[in-house]
Amino acid sequence: MITFETRPDAYHHWKLTFDGPVATLSMDVREDAGLSSDYRLKLNSYDLAVDIELADALQRLRFEHPEVHAVIVTSLKERIFCAGANIMMLRGSSHGAKVNFCKFTNETRLAMEDASAHSGLKFLAALNGICAGGGYELALACDEILLVDDGNSAVSLPEAPLLGVLPGTGGLTRLVDKRRVRRDLADFFSTLVEGVKGKRAVEWRLVDAVAPRSRFKDGVQARARELAAASDRPASGPGITLKPLNPTVTDAAVTYSAVTLALHRDKRTADLTVHAPAGPQPATPEAMLAAGDQFWALRAFRELDDALLRLRVNELEVGTVVIRAEGDRDAVLAVDRTLVAHQSHWLVREIIHHMKRTLKRLDLTARSFFAFIEPGSAFAGSLFELALAADRSYMFHDDQEENVVALSPMNGRLRAEGASASPAEARRDRMRAEAGPLLMSNGLTRLQTRFLDRPETIAGLLAHDGPFNAGDAEDAGLVTFAPDEIDWDDEVRVAVEARAAFSPDAMTGLEANLRFAGPETMETKIFGRLTAWQNWIFQRPNAVGAKGALQSYGQQGRPEFDWKRT
Amino acid sequence: MISAEKIPNNVNLSGNKRLQRALEHWQPKYIQWWRDMGPQGFQDYHQVYVRTAVSVDPEGWAHFEYVKLPEYRWGIFLADPVHDRRIGFGDFFGQPVWQEVPGEFRNQLRRLIVTQGDTEPASVEQQRLLGQRCPSLYDLRNLFQVNVEEGRHLWAMVYLLHSYFGRDGRDEAEELLERQSGNRDKPRILQAFNEPIDNWLDFFMFTMFTDRDGKSQLMSLSESSLDPLSRTTRFMLTEEAHHMFVGETGVARILERTCQLMKEAGFSGDVRKLGGIDLPTIQKHLNQWFSLSLDLHGGEVSSNAASYFANGLKGRAKEETFGDHLITNSHYSIEFFENGKAATKDVLMRHAMNEILRDWYVGDCAAGIERWNRVLEQHGMSDRLTLPDRKFNRNIGMYSGFHFDPHGAPVSNNDWERRRLEWLPSVADSEYLLSIMATPIYEPGKFANYIAPPRRGINQQSIDFEYVRTEA
Repeated sequence: MITFETRPDAYHHWKLTFDGPVATLSMDVREDAGLSSDYRLKLNSYDLAVDIELADALQRLRFEHPEVHAVIVTSLKERIFCAGANIMMLRGSSHGAKVNFCKFTNETRLAMEDASAHSGLKFLAALNGICAGGGYELALACDEILLVDDGNSAVSLPEAPLLGVLPGTGGLTRLVDKRRVRRDLADFFSTLVEGVKGKRAVEWRLVDAVAPRSRFKDGVQARARELAAASDRPASGPGITLKPLNPTVTDAAVTYSAVTLALHRDKRTADLTVHAPAGPQPATPEAMLAAGDQFWALRAFRELDDALLRLRVNELEVGTVVIRAEGDRDAVLAVDRTLVAHQSHWLVREIIHHMKRTLKRLDLTARSFFAFIEPGSAFAGSLFELALAADRSYMFHDDQEENVVALSPMNGRLRAEGASASPAEARRDRMRAEAGPLLMSNGLTRLQTRFLDRPETIAGLLAHDGPFNAGDAEDAGLVTFAPDEIDWDDEVRVAVEARAAFSPDAMTGLEANLRFAGPETMETKIFGRLTAWQNWIFQRPNAVGAKGALQSYGQQGRPEFDWKRT
Repeated sequence: MISAEKIPNNVNLSGNKRLQRALEHWQPKYIQWWRDMGPQGFQDYHQVYVRTAVSVDPEGWAHFEYVKLPEYRWGIFLADPVHDRRIGFGDFFGQPVWQEVPGEFRNQLRRLIVTQGDTEPASVEQQRLLGQRCPSLYDLRNLFQVNVEEGRHLWAMVYLLHSYFGRDGRDEAEELLERQSGNRDKPRILQAFNEPIDNWLDFFMFTMFTDRDGKSQLMSLSESSLDPLSRTTRFMLTEEAHHMFVGETGVARILERTCQLMKEAGFSGDVRKLGGIDLPTIQKHLNQWFSLSLDLHGGEVSSNAASYFANGLKGRAKEETFGDHLITNSHYSIEFFENGKAATKDVLMRHAMNEILRDWYVGDCAAGIERWNRVLEQHGMSDRLTLPDRKFNRNIGMYSGFHFDPHGAPVSNNDWERRRLEWLPSVADSEYLLSIMATPIYEPGKFANYIAPPRRGINQQSIDFEYVRTEA
């Protein structure tokens, strides 16, 4: 079983050091400390274990070190920055393991860009030596890239020419979309095993600058200080400590304080339940700092994130997940109000963006999600996002007992058009909806994505007086179906049974195509186009067949290809 | 409003809130449909001596009384459960049968039930004008018995839709009343149920051949892994048997009368001149309805049928008589027709399920033809009725698009057009039949000239019993 929790003093592969506003994250992969003993992680090549530590370091920089404004990403190995994902690891991995590995590494790279865009945490890639494949893709996820100019060190994306696969961690997308490298140059570069170095790398915008070995360290430090100076993070801490989640793990369930993942492997289903806050929650940033990682909004979403990751990599056959939110919906709405009111505070900002990333993790999880909204549920505000993220939602229509869903400013905000204050009715008419903070990878909120056909109705939903009962929620399009007590048991049973019986591949493709309506972003291109093609290639004999390029690399000479193109 | 007294049942209707609510909505629509689309002219002022099923034991479903048709007590009955019943065929062979619909098969099962259910009201609609041309009160009563039981079979399918298929099931139950036989915009699902049945020879042939298709479908559904479907269809089969009795004896009585008239005419004379129905006309109608009913069994090679079998949804008639219930690797010989030639080919047996059911059906029909021919034999006639070859006049399956004569020999398009009316009823035949049926016979004990009286009455009543009476 793979777990995702770690801490800096347990890292095998990274060193995290601090020097005022600049932290240095140094890669120093231990060859024998990968997830499997079947391969050795030579030349700073990485597997999922290495990336789990990177993801952990990024989280801790955001929550534990608000005083850090810039991060240098470099290597402790002489003349080697990073050789990319370990080829022997890829060769030995099942298809599902490859896909999950790529997905997690992509999410981690995007988390770096998220920190840069929203947390004032800038990343400088200090490439002290060869930087190939996934190594260069890690550099591409940084804000700037400085390459040592030693006549030898180059950046490269050798996957296609060498292994017959793609640079699958966003490399192709970031070359042309983020760094705006001209596509013909990107084409040439991506077929060049030895890569590009020195002046040409700068000219082609593959890196931002080069520096000779003698001036490299100083140059890196100087540039890092400059990047740090532009940050809006606080000058000093303290941060909060992310302590272990300590879930209770049994064969049938993973149980956290606010999240439960109950597995029904015989039915290939799971119940994922998130509990609303119980007990008093901090109402000010100061109180949140005091509460630390025990504040519900952080704790529950860390737990949810961990549960999703465990589900992905450890429970490959559990394909259909029923999501429930339980507890006091008013407590959720109160937390939401607190968050929105103090969102300019660095910690509140981190908490909100963490919620956002966790919900994106749900969007990107290749399992079918159905939300079941039953009496006593707490699908309100930020937890209602779970229902919006689900592929379908079923809301129990009960005339006896209250069963409602509610929106909060976390789902979207109302802004008055013009300055004049006027009576409530008139004001509502001139309110317009703005995006809430919980954006999907398409750059829209889930409400915006849901109502692409009629964006003008969102303001009305946000201005709705109080929660929605099942009938209203169904009419408003906030839930999929609202069966009553006579139909409920049968409808939801059949829905889950039917879903769990479909081809898992077809469901993965279907969901990935339906979940992300609306505009493209670099993120949707990475998870849509790049990932889909990569996953196709991962299944093809030209890569993974006995004589395929990935299999034959370094072993039996030239690969044998099926030359037909589609 | 929905009461167990008005709706005889053995499904615990009074304790089933879901079913009650669904029926409260549906039942008034059903009564309205019966009034609009049921027997025309016999809704309000006639009482019919019919059998009403009030329970599943032998006395219970042989309960006779006079009722006004719209007040008939349509009920809901399941045959008694079989202890520890196991799935008898397909990939789930040997597992306990299902008391609930598995989510995986909900749509397939719903489709099967809707298709079966759609035929029930359709036949009532097709036959709605027949009462006004009836050959006797005895036959009129039989027609209405068939009609109310087709109505009850609709209830049986609606019960399943209401109980096991949620909102979709309720919607489908309503649509069963919205489609109408022959309606251009919303026709019945199967084409054979969109042709009106306006003369009694067609009616008897329909109940002989098309209701027998109903019987084979019900037999295959009674093998289903979904136990409520199995139990419902098992009880329906007891009623379906009566419908075939009506058809088989109806034609036999026409044959009887035809033989008598042939004797009067000195064997060589034209039976039509004496107001009877000549043997070639009977043979042509037999050809027509047998071939139409063959089509109802579906394509010879069918992946749907294979899937139904694999999933245990629909089996073979009398599955227990077969040795191999999995037939994963067995093959079945089917006569293909390619490049103008017939050739036998093996197909995977699971794909041949429709054809296997058709085999059973053809055998069952052949036995009926034998019995008809005995009438001719008893009268010393040398003529015999015959079942046409199964390739003849087909519009569904691999023989559609080609033409064959009733012996199964291929014929050209030109020959088909030239000779078609030797084998199938013509407009003139139909006009003739309507002409001899124009005046209905409503006098107890009297029979139209073209049909002999039955050997005995219904429920041990005499032949001249007033089976349908007009209210004072």
